[in-house]
Order: sequence, then C-alpha cells, then structure tokens
Amino acid sequence: MENAWCSKNEFMDDIVKDFLIESNENLDRLDQELVKLESEPSSKELLASVFRTIHTIKGSCGFLGFTRLEKLAHAGENLLSRLRDGKLTLNADITSGLLAMVDAVRQMLGAVKTTGKDGEEDYKALIELLARLQGEAKAGTETAPKESVAQPEGKTPNQAMEAEVSRAKAVENVADASKLGGLLVERGHVREEDLAQALQQQEIGRKKIGEILVAQGAAKPEDVVAAQKTLEARNPDAVVETIRVGVNLLDRLMNLVGELVLARNQLLQFSSSRQDAGFQAVSQRMNLIATELQEEVMKTRMQPIGNVWDKFPRTVRDLALSCGRDVRLEMEGQDTELDRTIIEAIKDPLTHLVRNAIDHGIEAPDVRKQAGKMATGVLKLRAFHEGGQVNIEVSDDGAGLNAERIRQKAIERGVVSAQHVGRMSDRDIFNMIFLPGFSTAEKVTNVSGRGVGMDVVKTNVEKIGGTVDVQSTAGRGTTVKIKIPLTLAIIPALMVTSGGERFAIPQVSLLELVRMDSGEAGKGIEMVHGAPVYRLRGRLLPLVYMNRELQLLSGGRGKKKEDDSAAKEDSIANIVVVQADGREFGLVVDEITDTEEIVVKPLGQQLKGITAYSGATIMGDGRVALILDILGLAQRAQVISARESALAEKEKEKEAGGEGAAQGHQTLLVVQCGDKGRMAIPLSLVARLEEFPASAVELAGAQEVMQYRGQIMPLIRLSRVVAGVATDAAPADAEARLQVVVYSEAGKSVGLVVDRIVDIVDEKLVVQTPAQRHGVLGSSVVQKRVTDLLDVPSVVREVIPGFAESPQAV
Amino acid sequence: MSTTQQFCTFFLDGHVFGTPVPKVQEVIQHQEMTRVPLAPEVVSGLINLRGQIVSAIDLRRRLGLEDRPAGQLPMNVVVRTNDGAVSLLVDEIGDVIEVEEDTLESPPETLQGFAREVVRGVYKLSGRLLLALDIDRVVDLSDLAKAKNNREF
Repeated sequence: MENAWCSKNEFMDDIVKDFLIESNENLDRLDQELVKLESEPSSKELLASVFRTIHTIKGSCGFLGFTRLEKLAHAGENLLSRLRDGKLTLNADITSGLLAMVDAVRQMLGAVKTTGKDGEEDYKALIELLARLQGEAKAGTETAPKESVAQPEGKTPNQAMEAEVSRAKAVENVADASKLGGLLVERGHVREEDLAQALQQQEIGRKKIGEILVAQGAAKPEDVVAAQKTLEARNPDAVVETIRVGVNLLDRLMNLVGELVLARNQLLQFSSSRQDAGFQAVSQRMNLIATELQEEVMKTRMQPIGNVWDKFPRTVRDLALSCGRDVRLEMEGQDTELDRTIIEAIKDPLTHLVRNAIDHGIEAPDVRKQAGKMATGVLKLRAFHEGGQVNIEVSDDGAGLNAERIRQKAIERGVVSAQHVGRMSDRDIFNMIFLPGFSTAEKVTNVSGRGVGMDVVKTNVEKIGGTVDVQSTAGRGTTVKIKIPLTLAIIPALMVTSGGERFAIPQVSLLELVRMDSGEAGKGIEMVHGAPVYRLRGRLLPLVYMNRELQLLSGGRGKKKEDDSAAKEDSIANIVVVQADGREFGLVVDEITDTEEIVVKPLGQQLKGITAYSGATIMGDGRVALILDILGLAQRAQVISARESALAEKEKEKEAGGEGAAQGHQTLLVVQCGDKGRMAIPLSLVARLEEFPASAVELAGAQEVMQYRGQIMPLIRLSRVVAGVATDAAPADAEARLQVVVYSEAGKSVGLVVDRIVDIVDEKLVVQTPAQRHGVLGSSVVQKRVTDLLDVPSVVREVIPGFAESPQAV
Repeated sequence: MSTTQQFCTFFLDGHVFGTPVPKVQEVIQHQEMTRVPLAPEVVSGLINLRGQIVSAIDLRRRLGLEDRPAGQLPMNVVVRTNDGAVSLLVDEIGDVIEVEEDTLESPPETLQGFAREVVRGVYKLSGRLLLALDIDRVVDLSDLAKAKNNREF
C-alpha cells in the first residue's frame, strides 16, 4: 500500500517537474513577446501567442491545485483577452503590468520548485492592478462604438474571460475529447457513466473534458495528464523532433568522447609502428569515426547565443525605462553557436555590458537631440564566428568614453603615473576601465562613467580563454569586443619540447613559427635593455626562453642570470611567436613537434596557483603533458608590460604626430653613426628597424633611394648629415648590410642609415648641452655616455625639403 | 566492545604511516611522471591514472623527511580527497591493519614541525608505532604558499 502511495507521489512530482520546466520556458518566451508586442501592438499573431502561453500556464495550475498561481494568471489572461480582441491597445503601463505578472508567476514557480506549494503571497495588489488596467480598457472602449455590444455592462470580467477561454479551447473538438475519455475508461480511471455525462456537459459548456472530469471528481488530475500524454504520443502530428536530455548526460558523453580521442591517439601511434596493413586500415577507420563522433557530440553541447540574448529585450526595456532612456535593441547573429559551458560563463559579463551601455553609454533623449542624434539610442549585439573563435560585440551609439576623464581618474587613483599616462594611447586608456581598482573607484564616487565592474567582465572572459577589448569614439559610441574560443574541452595545440619536457601551446595563442639554424641563431637575437629580442621582419619581438622561464634543468641558469652570452650560446633556436592580450612575443623552445587535438584536463588544486599552465593533457604515448597558459607565462616573464610601454609610445606618437617627445622618461633608440657619433632617437619616432643589402640602394637624381613597401623611400646617411663624416667613408660594398631606421610622417617614409643600432634604453632625458650642431636638439647622458639627441624632422627636411607635404597637400 | 578501523599502512624512511582504508582508492606500482616546472617541490609530477590526471605528492618531502635514496622507486598510494584523486609517493606498502579506535594516542613529542600537524595520533602496534595521517591536510599545500610568503617579507 505504502509503495503505491509513494509511486503516486513520485508521479505527481514528475508532473510538477514537467510543468515547471514547461512554464519557465513559456515565461521566457512571454518576456520576449511582450517586449516585442510593445513595438508592434497591433500584431494579432503575437497577442494570440501571448494569450495562449498564459492560458496554458493557468490551465496547468488548475490541474495541479496551485490556486494562487491560477488566480494571478487568470487576471493576466483577462487583460490579454481584451487586448486580443482589440478592445484595448497596448501601452507601456499595460506591458509593465503584464511583465510584473510574469515576474510574479516566475516567483511562484520558484516557490513551487522549492516548497512544492505556490507560496503565501497572493499578489493582491498586482491582481487589482491588472483588473484596473482592464477597467481602463472598458472606459476606453465605451468611446468605441462597436464595443458597446460586445461588452455588455452587466457581464463580469470573469464571465468575459470564460468566454475567451472557451473560444481558445474550441480547437479541441468532441472527437478528441471522447478519445481522451475513452482512454481513461480503458485504463479504469473513469467510469463510463461519468464520461457520458461529462461529454454532454462539454458540448454545452465547451470546456475541456479533462477539466470537467476532474471538477466532477470522476477522475484524478494525474490520470488525466497521463492519458493526455499517451494521446499526444500516439498522434503522429504531435511527435516532435527533439527530446530532452539531461545536461549531465551530455557532459558525461563529452568526457567519454574525450577519453576515446585519447585512446584513438594512442592507437594511431601504435599502428604506425606496425607493418600490419589490415590493422592500419582498421585504425584509420577508427580514427575517422572517432573524429566524426567527437564533432557530433560537441554539437550536442552547442547552443545558439540567442539563448542568452533572449532575455535582453526585457532587460533593456526595463532598464531604459528606469534610466529614462530611449533604446532600441538590435541583435545580429543570434544563431551563432557556442559550447554550453561558455554560454554559461559569458551570460553575466554580457548582461553587465548591456546594462552599462544603457546606464552610462546611451544618453537621455534630449541630450541626444542636442547632440544632433536620433532620440532613440541603438544598442547592438553582434555575434559571429571568425578564425575558430566567436566574436561578440556589444556596441552603443552613446556618448563614448571620455579618455581625458579616465586619464585623470587613473592618475587620481594611482593606477598609473602622470608621466606614463601621457604616453598611453587612447586605446590603452580605454582598456584601463578593465582594471580592478578603477571600477570600485567609480562605484564609490558614483561618478557616471563606464567601468563599474568591468574588471569582473574581463576576469570572467579571460577565465574561459577569451579576450576583451574596448573601442570608443567620443560622441559616437562605444564598442566592447569579446573574443572567446568555441569550446574548452578539446582544442588544437602545438606540441613543443623544452628542457626535455613536452608542453602544449593552444593554437589560439599561436601566430607563427620561426626556425633558426645554428649559424643564424645568435644573429637574429639581440639584447635590448638587458632583455633578448628577435628582429622579425623589422619588428622587435621580445623573447622568452622557455627553459629559463620555467626553470627547467637543462636551461639551468634561472632568469636572473640571463645575459648576453647566454642568449647567444643557444645554438638552435625555434621561436614560437605567440600572442597574449593582443601583444606578441616569441617563445624560444628546443623543438617543435606537431600539432594535435588535445583534451584539456584540469590540474589538481595543488597546482592551481601556477599561472603558467592552464591544464594538462594525455598524449598519444599515455604520458601527461602540461598545457601552457600563454597569458600567464607572459605575465610571469613580464614581457607584456615591457612591450606594452614601447607600443604605447609608438601609438601615442602616431596620434600626436610628433609632439610627444617632451621631457621626462623616454624610450630611446641609441645608434652609432661614424666613429664618435653616438646618437639617440626617441623610439616613438621610429616606425620600424630594417636591414637591407647595400645593393638595394638606387639613385634618383643625386638622392639615394630604395624601394620599400611599394614606395620609393629616400635614404639619409646620418653619418654624413649629422656626424659630418666624409661622403666616401661609407664603402660601396654591395655585400654590406645597411641598418635603416625608418621614420614615417603623413604616410611618407624616409630611411635613416646608421652604422649600428646600439640599444634601446628607457631613461630620464635631461638635455644638458644645448644644440651646437644642426639637426641635433642637444646632448644628454644616456647610459653614462654623452649622446646627441637627434632632431629627426629637421634632419629629414634639411635633406629632403618639403618632405611629406607636397602630394598630400594637393 | 570497542570499534575497530582498518588502516592501510606504508613505510617512509623506516616509519610506519597509515590512513583509514576508505580514504585509499588504490595502490599502484611506480608510474612514469611528468615533471611540473615551477611547482612546489613536494609535487613530484603528474601521472596518468587511466585517463585521469593526478598530482603525485612526495610524502617524504611533504613530511620533511630525507629524500629517498637515488634509484629507489616509490609506490603510489592514490587517495580520495575533496578535490579528486591525489597520489602519495611512499617507499613501500605495508599490510592493512585493524586497530581499535580508542587506542589512539597523541603524537610523541619527538615529532616536530609539519609532521606533527598532519599526524592525528599514533596507534601502538606490537613493537612499533603506526602514525595516522590526516590526508586532507597532507594534500592541502596552502601552508607552503604561506610559508613562502612569510619568507619573502
């Protein structure tokens, strides 16, 4: 007996569970539809759909005995029915009322989920509000002539509703009803007489047969629901193409496929060492199947990003109302698919960005009008796949970020020094809003400006291997770009060896591979400011020696002892050019083996603190290899910050057009021209460093030129111009290499030929001796040696009068 | 009648250590390990336990004992922790011993340093002492990080 009771309870639980899942989905849809409805209030289709959804919820509540919930849904339904029949037009108040109802229903469902009851709150005020809104409708309809008939005075709202409900149910014909009844009788849940009676009633009242039977006490609600389900299953039209599968099951499947991929890798390695053709054929086939299976299983976990976005129309609407903004939400690429885990992880950051855009980005309508913009601001969400990554952009056409204010804030907060901030590009300035100290500061002072909790956005995105970038134009708006990997579980990676250990470098961080033979090795690698760099196509690429950074035994020296000779003695160098946080650097490894699909496995808590690894994987031979976290490694090696300042310098220069060279700390390129001519050029004026064969030099008139990036680039031999060395001091040896410092202005380039590039230094520049020679700003002590500070623009203009002026001016 | 508990025992530098049997997932032969550069030195490396990646902690180092003589291969005692499986490297595996719960005594005064913190107590066996280890404390390396910070400041 007790068993039977239990199973019945369980059965009931199942029904409630199904009801909850279904209702929650319905509510989500309601949110969207209501917001949409607000913009197209006359859409019959939408109204009908909204009505149907509420009606379904109400109906199920009735079955399951959630009376409070039913009452509320009922009130909403009444209001909706009048809307549907055109007796009332939707306005913001009504939408808010309906949305409030949706929220209340959601809360009650929450209560049902936790306690099994629909809560104590009866939402009297809300129900009254809904009734009042409906009353307004009545008042409104009296002016409309045709309504007077359709809505007789004496009819209570309830009766009106009943009529609506029965109309909605009219689809259910008697045949269906008798089928349901028949099934119930067949199962012995309902007596035949009761059914006959109920059917009669149904013909009169057009009520659902199930409802009648339950109301009469002739059938138990759970039996009716079960019978309905059976019928649905029998009906071929009702069969849907999808089934519900637990997320846990999918996760387990994913894990198993991960294992399979590993086993496959092992098998392949094994089979390649055998001479058995049959075996090889089988393992090849196995390989293909495993790959395909992996793809398919991955797909099961993919969800369109629209699932997250779906709730934004509601968020945007509510927020815009409360902030007094007028916002139109545009979405593009809703069906862009992402792994479930990633979808989960970006939900909060995205919500945050959307909130921020409305709160701080888009201005109030009158402000917008004054600025000559449309009163309605546009918030745009965009998602698309690119290069194995998913890009998500949140952009608004609001006021944009105020670089000046961020600069000030940054200095105030002591995030950066005033000097440093002056050298930062706007892009770097904007990205400071992601700094942790920054956001809290904004919050405390309650100053309007972006940055509230932006650090959380960044951390969350980076946690899943993504990057965030912000772009902004004052007065025109702000765009936040998020780049994230498609999936986290299985990733392509490059396998490298360093110090006898194997490591995996995720393909997403990879840019290119450079191999130098023993002869070349020392040559391309230079020491700049005590740190090794590699000259890659004229750019200086900071290098990180993996064996030293990770303190591997064969490297042995440790980072601190790194010196010139150490850098040069590594006979072969394989450089893996990687990027982290938008910056590039080179990772010097012993050997580059292969690219492989690896399954990412987490590291134990004992190793979590080491930022250089993001996880580990099992290789084809069964051994474990660590997966490098390029960002963590870069931060460890401090290669990013160093490069950042150099880059910032350059960018600042580009924007300021040459005025940036003021006092204070500067990064200087020290060059040698002639025997004694030691000169410094602000690095900010250097576009590139190049090396050319002397044979590349041609003559245009008396001017030495060379072809460079599709331009004719004039060359200036600094030793002649500034150091005053005789013309023929530079031997015309065609084999010699020319060291050229490229200087660009307004799209024109000029090459400054120097004898040798000495170093790049970061020093406080104090001009001690005023200029004594032409083309020199003055002399200063750099690295304890007297160095002339070159006035590049004037040198260039002296040799080439009218440089970078003529063609552009026309 | 007092309750008894089964202990899985192992040897470290001549001492007998033990942990309740339910804590132990399995005992396996020496496995090939992958070193983890930059890791605390008590972490000997990572092993592949049937597709699962497990950190191996050298118990000798963890307890401040002398390093194992070169050439002597350790055994793996894989224990269950809140954070999944962790392998403890020990010299040798002993028997499963049944002890009476109420014979647990506080650790001897001679036990010093960290070892004292992770030994819950001792059981007297015939002729020797069984040191009962608090596994969760052993695998939680946060004390190392703290110690390191203290040294730095």
